[in-house]
Amino acid sequence: MGKLSVNLCGIELDNPIIPASGTFGYGYEYAELFDINCLGTFSFKGTTKDPRFGNPTPRIAECTAGMINAVGLQNPGVEQVIQTELPKLKSCFHKPVMANVSGFSVEDYAYTCRKLDEQEQVGWLEVNISCPNVHGGGMSFGTDPKAAAEVTKAVKAVTTKPVIMKLTPNVTDIVCIAKACVDAGADGISLINTMLGMRMDLRTKKPVIANKMGGFSGPAIFPVALRMVYQVAQAVDVPIIGMGGVSSAEDVLEMMLAGATAVEVGAANLVDPFICPQIIEDLPTVMKKYNIQTLKEIIGGAK
Amino acid sequence: MKQGIFEIVHNTPLTDNVYKMTLRGDTSAITAPGQFVNIKLDGLYLRRPISVCDLQADLLTIIYKVVGKGTQQLSEMKAGTLHLLTGLGNGYDLTKSGEAPVLLGGGVGVPPMYLLCKKLLEQGKSVQVILGFNTKNEVFFEQEFKSLGAQVTVTTVDGTFGQKGFVTDALKSCTYSYFYTCGPEPMLKAVYRAARTSGQLSFEKRMGCGFGACMGCSCKTITGYKRICKEGPVLEKEEILWES
Repeated sequence: MGKLSVNLCGIELDNPIIPASGTFGYGYEYAELFDINCLGTFSFKGTTKDPRFGNPTPRIAECTAGMINAVGLQNPGVEQVIQTELPKLKSCFHKPVMANVSGFSVEDYAYTCRKLDEQEQVGWLEVNISCPNVHGGGMSFGTDPKAAAEVTKAVKAVTTKPVIMKLTPNVTDIVCIAKACVDAGADGISLINTMLGMRMDLRTKKPVIANKMGGFSGPAIFPVALRMVYQVAQAVDVPIIGMGGVSSAEDVLEMMLAGATAVEVGAANLVDPFICPQIIEDLPTVMKKYNIQTLKEIIGGAK
Repeated sequence: MKQGIFEIVHNTPLTDNVYKMTLRGDTSAITAPGQFVNIKLDGLYLRRPISVCDLQADLLTIIYKVVGKGTQQLSEMKAGTLHLLTGLGNGYDLTKSGEAPVLLGGGVGVPPMYLLCKKLLEQGKSVQVILGFNTKNEVFFEQEFKSLGAQVTVTTVDGTFGQKGFVTDALKSCTYSYFYTCGPEPMLKAVYRAARTSGQLSFEKRMGCGFGACMGCSCKTITGYKRICKEGPVLEKEEILWES
């Protein structure tokens, strides 16, 4: 195994770099730009039981060192994803892919996860109980330990592949949510989803985002994400995927020292579509600079 | 789509707040008029999408209005380089133009009409151009369109230059085979209602990535959900669903 390789819930990754859900579509847009097989894997666009357009526009706002999105899980629905998107994805990506799932009820989550679990190319299920942009679902499951545990149990009961619960930072105590998921059988935890944020348009005197608020991401949230990854890593024994503002090889190493086994890159892809291959290329040089032989050895190294 | 580093050749004002910038670099990914480039600026997180005005070998011309921090910063650059993503969006389909298309541009919707006009004239079409502005000191590019050999009408809302009124007022006396337009949404809607033929309209929306990944700029159409940055910015008249 190479010096960049890591093991995520029993599946070996060539490197820990994973484009985050919602910033990488179903892969093929980026496959026009570079060979996406250089990635550890990627987490595909958040998929729900039924097709969704998402929220009204404008649903993007710029911030200092980041952005707000209120897309609201636009996706063609799980049937269409299986029939159309996955075959297209298969033609350009030959590794196990991470299926990102959202829902509006425990049954929704279980249904969509079961369908995607049956797909050969799916390696992991990343269950998003943290979307700040939908009502009556999404984040409401991720802000209550009981509801988070309930979704975890329901998904675990109908699936065979590793289940990774994706958590929201918009809580008082993220450790208690993470523990509830792990106690309910989660095989991994990924964090953080976006932070609830807002911008005003001074010309219209109204919020920039039609939905008023949205999820804040980008380099500005990195320190918060890093802190939460560290806290959760101290409290649970399952692999953690760290994310939130990661934009460089140095950020990846910080996340891994805090306890992340793998690292997702989100908003940075939207600004520089080549950022993931760039980080992968940069890692060996940066590792050498800091005298790191293999990535595996530094996971959770900062106690 | 391609990523490239472009050198600023010149950057000059056309009016009080509209600038023309010419850049040198690899333009090979730009395949149709109506496409746009996405520009990275120091200190700003998201790129700025700006439509292509003209293309000559390795020279790319863009025209932009100073409306915020990004375009302000861009207007102050006299030399140096810019990181661009090029060849974004679908652009206009020239095959549907018929023999005598009319092109309607409003304000900073004028620039993409220039390359379109040039391409249509190269194909031997008889091109009529209607350029709309609010007032005389906002008018730009009238002469440039005339030099191409198009028949040009300028309208101003306050009547201080050219014909008084909106582009749709000038459209009334036109005979045309097809229309192409770009401008602010109220103008697009007015053209949509006034036009007597099929046509294509170019839309603007707040974008995240500009290349189809984030779904930030989606819109609903009769033919399904479309991303303004990817399946747009140009939509056909028949597929448009107005949101309001």
